Order: sequence, then C-alpha cells, then structure tokens
Amino acid sequence: MKFTRRDVIRTTAGAAAGALGSRFVGSSAFAQEGLTYKPEEGAKLRLLRWSPFVQGDEDQWLKNTKRFTEATGVEVRVDKESWEDIRPKAAVAANVGSGPDLMLVWFDDPHQYPDKLLDVTELGDYLGKKYGGWHDGPKQYATREGKFLGLPLATIGNAIVYRESWVKEAGFSEFPKDTAGFLELCKALKAKGHPAGFTHGHGVGDGNNYAHWLLWSHGGQMVDEKGKVTINSPETLKAIEYAQELYKTFIPGTESWLDVNNNRAFLAGEVSVIANGISVYNTAKVNKDKDPKLTEIAKDMRTTNLPIGPVGKSVELFQVTTAVIFNYTPYPNAAKAYLQFMFEDPQMSDWITSSAGYCCQTLKAFDNNPVWKADPNNAAYAKASATLRPNGYAGPLGYASAATMADYVLVDMFAKAVTGQATPQEAMEEAEKRANRYYRV
Amino acid sequence: MAVPSVAVQPRSSILARLAESRNALGFGFMLPAAALLLVFLTYPLGLGVWLGFTDARIGRPGIFIGIENYQYLWSDGVFWLSVFNTLLYTISASILKFILGLWLALILNEKLPFKSFFRAIVLLPWVVPTVLSAIAFWWIYDSQFSILSWALQQMGLIDHRINFLGDPTNARASVIAANVWRGIPFVAITLLAGLQTIPQSLYEAATLDGASRWQLFRHVTLPLLTPIIAITMTFSVLFTFTDFQLIYVLTRGGPVNATHLMATLSFQRGIAGGQLGEGAAIAVAMIPFLLAAILFSYFGLQRRRWQQGGGD
Repeated sequence: MKFTRRDVIRTTAGAAAGALGSRFVGSSAFAQEGLTYKPEEGAKLRLLRWSPFVQGDEDQWLKNTKRFTEATGVEVRVDKESWEDIRPKAAVAANVGSGPDLMLVWFDDPHQYPDKLLDVTELGDYLGKKYGGWHDGPKQYATREGKFLGLPLATIGNAIVYRESWVKEAGFSEFPKDTAGFLELCKALKAKGHPAGFTHGHGVGDGNNYAHWLLWSHGGQMVDEKGKVTINSPETLKAIEYAQELYKTFIPGTESWLDVNNNRAFLAGEVSVIANGISVYNTAKVNKDKDPKLTEIAKDMRTTNLPIGPVGKSVELFQVTTAVIFNYTPYPNAAKAYLQFMFEDPQMSDWITSSAGYCCQTLKAFDNNPVWKADPNNAAYAKASATLRPNGYAGPLGYASAATMADYVLVDMFAKAVTGQATPQEAMEEAEKRANRYYRV
Repeated sequence: MAVPSVAVQPRSSILARLAESRNALGFGFMLPAAALLLVFLTYPLGLGVWLGFTDARIGRPGIFIGIENYQYLWSDGVFWLSVFNTLLYTISASILKFILGLWLALILNEKLPFKSFFRAIVLLPWVVPTVLSAIAFWWIYDSQFSILSWALQQMGLIDHRINFLGDPTNARASVIAANVWRGIPFVAITLLAGLQTIPQSLYEAATLDGASRWQLFRHVTLPLLTPIIAITMTFSVLFTFTDFQLIYVLTRGGPVNATHLMATLSFQRGIAGGQLGEGAAIAVAMIPFLLAAILFSYFGLQRRRWQQGGGD
C-alpha cells in the first residue's frame, strides 16, 4: 500500500500552538514549538474506541471530535465496542491490514504488532515537551525502542470502594493502609455479615488487577528484568497464602466473577468492599432510575487506594489505553492531526474533567485537573498513571507478557490455590510452567 | 442417380460448441459452487492447518516450525483439560438432547390440542440468539442473584446460594444444562419431521399383530427413525463440539479453566493472546473429533440400505 508522504509543517511563530492554548502549561517556551499536520485532501477518519463506562467520557470525546471536524473539515466516524472486544478487533485489523484508521487499544496491544502501527514519535515528543512530560507507566505501554507506537491516552484507575458505615460498624474508624490490617478488616466485615468480594474469575480487568496487586504487594513477580520466569518464589508463596486467608472472608462465588459481578454485588448491598474503577461510584451517584436505596449507598461509598503490602509501596496494574494509528490508513496526516487536537488543551482537560475520575491523565501537565478535587472519592484515582506498574513486570512488554495475561496465568494461580484445587506450591509451579511456555524458557 | 445435396453446416463458434457440450456445461454450472467452496471453505481450512505449523502471531506471518505447536500442546495441562471438557460437554449434552428431544418429538407427534402452537413455541430456545440466551443464563446462574437459588431458598430447600459457576463440577453441569436447553428444539423438531414420514399403516399392521406401545416404538418407530437420528445427532454433536458463545458469555472458560472448551481456548490463545499459530493448532486438533462425528453419521446412514432389504 502506498502512503501519502507525511507532510509536516513546522511553524516558527508558534501561532498554531498558541491558538490551541494551555491552561496548565505556564511556560511559553513550549508553546513556541508548534507542530501542525495538514490533513490530506478529502480525508475521512474512522476511530474505534471502547464503550464508555462513564457517559461524560464519550459525550466529551464526541464533542471534541466535532470541534476537530469544524476546525479542519475532516469527518471522523467514532465507533465503539465493548472494551473486551477491542483487543480481538485490533488484532484482526493489524493482521489483515484493514479496518479503522485509529483505535483506542489496551495494555500491551501496541507491542504485539508494532510494525503495523504508524510511528508517532514526533507527536509524542512534542506533546511530552509541551505538557510537562508523560507519566512513565503509560508511556512504557506506548513506546518501544524509544519510538512512540501510539499515544498513551489514559489510565483507568482501580481503587478500593467500600461502605463507610459498615467499615465503622466492623470497628475500624478508618480504612487500613496495609495488607495485614486489611485482612483483619475483611474478617471483621465477614463476621458482621457484610463480606468483601474480589474477582478470582476470568475478568480481564478486575481479575488481573486483583491478582497483580496480590503478587506485587508481596514482592513477587512473573519475570525478572531479562524475561526469566521467577514466579516460583517465596514472595509468591506469601502472596498466595495471604490470598487464601483473604478469600475465606469473601462472599461465596468470587471465583466465577467476571468484570461486572463485583459492581453488581456492591450496588445491591451484597458486599462491603470491592476493587473497581470510579465507574461503580458514578453509577450510584448518577442513579438514573432515582432508586432511593442506591442514593443511600452512594452517600455511604468511599474510595481509597489498595493497601500496601510487605514491599512497602503502592504497586498496581491498572488498565492503560493507548491511541494508535494503523499504518494502512490512507490519511496518516489527518489521523495525527486528530490525535494532536484531542491531546491538546483544552480538549484533553475537558475530556478528563468530563470523565469524572474514570480516565487518569497521562501527561503530567494535566495532573491538577479540577476533577480530582471535585469529589473526595475521585482522589484515589488521581495518581493512577504515576503509580502503575506495567504488565509483565519486571520484564519487557511484548508478546509474552500479553499472552501470559490473556491466558489468565496469574489469575488462575490464585484461584486454584484459594479454592483448594491445588496447594500454593502446586499452583505456583503450574503458573511457572505455563508462563515458561510464553517466555520460551 | 441423383446425388442428395448436403447442406453445408456453418462452422459453429467455440461458445456454441461449449454450450452444447454436456461436460462443459456441467463444469460451468459447478463452477460457482466450487469457487464458493474453495474460497470460503478450502482456503480458510488450509490456512488454518498451515498456521498450526507456524509460529505466526498477530501482525507477524510466522515461519514454519513443524509440529512444535502440537508438541507444546501435548505437554500442556490446560489444553488436555479443554479436550476433556469438550468431550464431556459434547457427549453429555448430546445424550441429554437426544433423549429429551426424542421424548418431546414423540409427544408433539401425538394428537394434542393446539398442536401447531406447541410445535412453534418449542422452537423458541433455538430461535433466540445464543448470546441473549447465554446472558439470561448468566443471571440464572449468578452467584448472588440467581433466581434458582432464591426460589429454592424461599421454598426452604436450601439454606445458602448455589455456587453455579464457581465450583468446577457445578460450572460444568450448568453450561451443559444451558446447552441442552438451547439444543433440544433442533433435535425435537427434526425428529418430529422424521416421525411424520413413518407410514401409519405400519403401526396399524403392528397393532393388529398385537404389538404393545413399547414394541411399536422399538420395532417400528426406532428403526425407521434411525437415518434421521443419525443425521440430526451428527449436526447436534458438531454444533455442541464447536460451541463458543455460551462459554464465552457465562464463564470465559473459568473457574480455573474448568469449562474451557477447545474452541474457547483456541480463541483465547490465538486472538486475545496473539499466538495465531497455537490457536490454529488447537482448532486443527478439533478436526479428528469432528471427522469421527461425520463418520458416525456416514455409517449410521448406511443402515438405511439394510432397512430397505439390502445388506450392510
């Protein structure tokens, strides 16, 4: 396929960058370095994104897109799919070389088909410079060998969501900050008839978030820096033993939970503590059906970061979404211009604000977005991009890390041990064997 | 002696000659079907088999690696678990669908009031898109909100909710039950069609000979229904063996891969995990089982000759 040669026009006056403005960036030095992509004649774009979990996100995204069309005349069709279906769709598009021009993909996706993606290093560097730099975690998902395969769009924070009154009723004036205290709280909650519930089933987001937190908070890791599988370790054993104790305090059935089950159980008052994105709080707060019971639950809901384990610091996976352009697009300039427009201020800050805490900024200049102080419950999600640890830590991102996660190796390891289908040692050895298949050791 | 005049035939064009040739015409008529089969059946199948011998990943064509994918699978516990699950799922669900479907067909073949209405309504589970019925079952089997658990608790029969999809045994039984519910109409309606082709005179003759209800079924209905049973059950087995949507919606193969079928594992590894080669190898590993099902049908159908007085 023949591509139109990229037509990059650098302006010396910085007029274009100045016109886009910046509420958060005080330095005019960045604004001087303008970068403008001139869309191809008759360009039309198609973007496939994930279905929103917070309606404000989609509404603002579409508003920003409309602004782009008005400014450039380039029509952008925005399609959406359930977030779990994005990965297979992106995989097929990359493989057959046909489909949407742009996609908002997940986790290690860009590392699975780097050759199929348009290099956006120039744009990535430009935005990084202009907006105070990229947060390192999301940047790792979007870059390979120093090149931007896409632009890190957002981190979907994951935090403890709990019922304050029930935690107090269990004898805790505040939510425990460490794993030992957390276990005590869960025991007390169970005794009071308000168990906790964390996903041990094949939930792509919640299952993986929980399993990685268990492992990392105890110092375990799937592989070392060189990609050697190191899951079979005393730290992992500690993590599994901790998970077994915690599981005893859960509501029955969490090993069958997929991504939506914890939200459902929490909003029905069945469980007192879950780990989730802010979307569950937003659902209760918006309360479409004006259910008085849900109004009460929303008032009682609190969020906080997951407890810190023996490693002594907060270590979590989180979902990261990256905006990529497939290199089969006939309109590479238009696609870059679109992404540039969406990432520039005020579009990006409007989008973060409208996402109501669901989408955490990847560019540091947006760290002080007012949304993080708009509601006390948003605060736990404010630093998701700054604290996340990429999948397959401490090894490189790529096919093996993606495949290991897709095969639920870690999720199954914990599930097998907590449900008594295997001893912790057996579960660990099986995980090691399965991971070795992907890391080809 | 007058020499008869011979009319000079105009030399026919190649097209006209082809139009008159039975072979050429036959070939021409077969061409669209052959092209469709080649493009939509042979090529994907061939590509799948080829991919199984490569280390293709998403976005990378891959190179020929011989049987390495199969060697990996041979030593992979999750793969063998999926084979076990698939066989258990297919055999259990097919037997249940056959027994219940035949039973339903026999009932619907009787003189019932509102017979047409019942025959139509029986098809509903088959007509509803699988994903929708799977979502309904997802709620029915929910560990917190199951209506079955709730009803049994209200009746005082159980004191705690049933962990339908969390316990491996329960999960397997639950997905089999959902598949049976969905598959019965196909078996029932097809067998009903077969039942209606059996001449009434045979039943009358057997009744005059003093045959009991069971003997009527055993010696008239069943032998004459065998060909249709063979073809119906072959299709049923094929549909069940390759089931995907039900598992994907209900469990994603969980808990701890207890309900992973070969089809769902193939998707999980080939698409979500990006290992097209291994995913294809799992899919190809399904072929021997599917061939066995087709051969079962072939030999089942041979019985027809025997029934009509010929030898097996």
